[in-house]
Amino acid sequence: MANTLKPAIRGMDTFHSPRHSAVVRITHWITAFSFFALVVSGAAILLAHPRLYWGETGSVETPSLIDLPLPFVLVGQSGWGRSLHFVSAWACVLTGFFYALSSLLTRHFSRDLLPVRGDLAWEPLSRAVLNHLHLKWPMEEEPPTYNVLQRLVYLAVIFILFPLIVATGLAMSPAITSVVPALVEVFGGYESARTVHFFLASSLVIFLVVHIAMVCVTGFASRMRAMITGYHTGRKVQT
Amino acid sequence: MSAFITRRRLITTGLAVTGAASLTVASRLADKYGLVPPDHDGIYGVGERLTYAAHRLLMAGRSYAREFDRADISKVARVNGAPPENETYQRLLAGGFAEWRLTVDGLVAHPSSFSMAELKQCPSRSQITHQACEEGWSFIAEWTGVPLSHVLNLVGVHPRAKYVIFFPIDTVFGIADQPKDKIRWDSLDMAEAWHPQTLLAYRMNGRELPTGNGAPLRLRVPRQLGYKSVKYLSRITVSDTVKNIGKGYGASGPEFGYSWYAGI
Repeated sequence: MANTLKPAIRGMDTFHSPRHSAVVRITHWITAFSFFALVVSGAAILLAHPRLYWGETGSVETPSLIDLPLPFVLVGQSGWGRSLHFVSAWACVLTGFFYALSSLLTRHFSRDLLPVRGDLAWEPLSRAVLNHLHLKWPMEEEPPTYNVLQRLVYLAVIFILFPLIVATGLAMSPAITSVVPALVEVFGGYESARTVHFFLASSLVIFLVVHIAMVCVTGFASRMRAMITGYHTGRKVQT
Repeated sequence: MSAFITRRRLITTGLAVTGAASLTVASRLADKYGLVPPDHDGIYGVGERLTYAAHRLLMAGRSYAREFDRADISKVARVNGAPPENETYQRLLAGGFAEWRLTVDGLVAHPSSFSMAELKQCPSRSQITHQACEEGWSFIAEWTGVPLSHVLNLVGVHPRAKYVIFFPIDTVFGIADQPKDKIRWDSLDMAEAWHPQTLLAYRMNGRELPTGNGAPLRLRVPRQLGYKSVKYLSRITVSDTVKNIGKGYGASGPEFGYSWYAGI
């Protein structure tokens, strides 16, 4: 019953092996869609006031930390940005909780994402970085595990960027901080939390761009198939 | 094998039924305990309901908007939007608001009206709080006024009351009590209305409330975004529903797509 991802032999020159569990696939796609909605609506919210400040307060009459080279636009004048941002944030956060809980129970984190013993040493780490810089990365036929850089980046996204972007989002809520004032104080104030939220979002967008680029160059069809069907299928390369 | 499928089907069906039943129960309970905002239509309404219910549960205990020191007060309290251009407002402004009165009516034991002098005789409260606009800018100012709870106690609120509704000067009440277009009216639930930091403010930073900031009297709701703090107040109505006003969303903002609940 648990072993629905049983490997199947399809012939000598092809392989068909389990890659992603159902929980990983479903939460991946819900997160992908809600993150896309969060970026679009976040941009709409930012355009209402594309200036960033540090501290508690800031407005057009005060000095800014950064003036983003964007126009001041109320996109559509309807507040849809905020509404879409919140409904997709709920979808993303609830999915994230489900994923984290299930990954702890199924040991997905410790099995697939924690760097393998020995991989955190200087030599294997620098080799992985050099391989990436030389545009040499695992191709379709290689064993379906994550390399040390992937593991570190996924862990950083899941356990650092994601919790921090939720915390800075909540820090901008006067209702939430009326119960937990420390939440906004640790970031140095309301406007600081807003600025940090922007940079965290930018980091996540950069992660997404690299993630999609890597999927494309390492075999778009086979990676997409794996994240949809759960199976990694391909032709073996004769060595 | 068939026994296995039956058991699995049983479990799945059981889970689906339990899920549907608990959703129905949750929705009934949420309604009963005032955890549903008046604007909860459509796909965005799902987010509105979750946020509002989560905040109300979280804020059931101790919950005070942060207060600051005098040194933190912003040099500029940014004014958003011009004061009303209508004749009534201009006439009251020219007369130093001597003829202005605040009407309090609806589900109350003693419908009343207050002059500014009468409001200033009530116990006052000063608080230095942060105010953020939904757009992202913000300032800190000191606000002085009478707690809304004091006025509500004076008029005696009916136990059936669920909302306190705020109208600015020169809201024209025509057929069926409908405020005319382009009037910024709003409402609070009773938890926010009774909260000690919810003020009817007549002073800002130690001076009379400036015209642009809402003279003669404005609402200050420091646990929500700035747009809930209605300026130029003239009437407060206590009610058990907001369905009969405008489109029934509890404020003018949601009629354009903005949210009634702005604790964010």
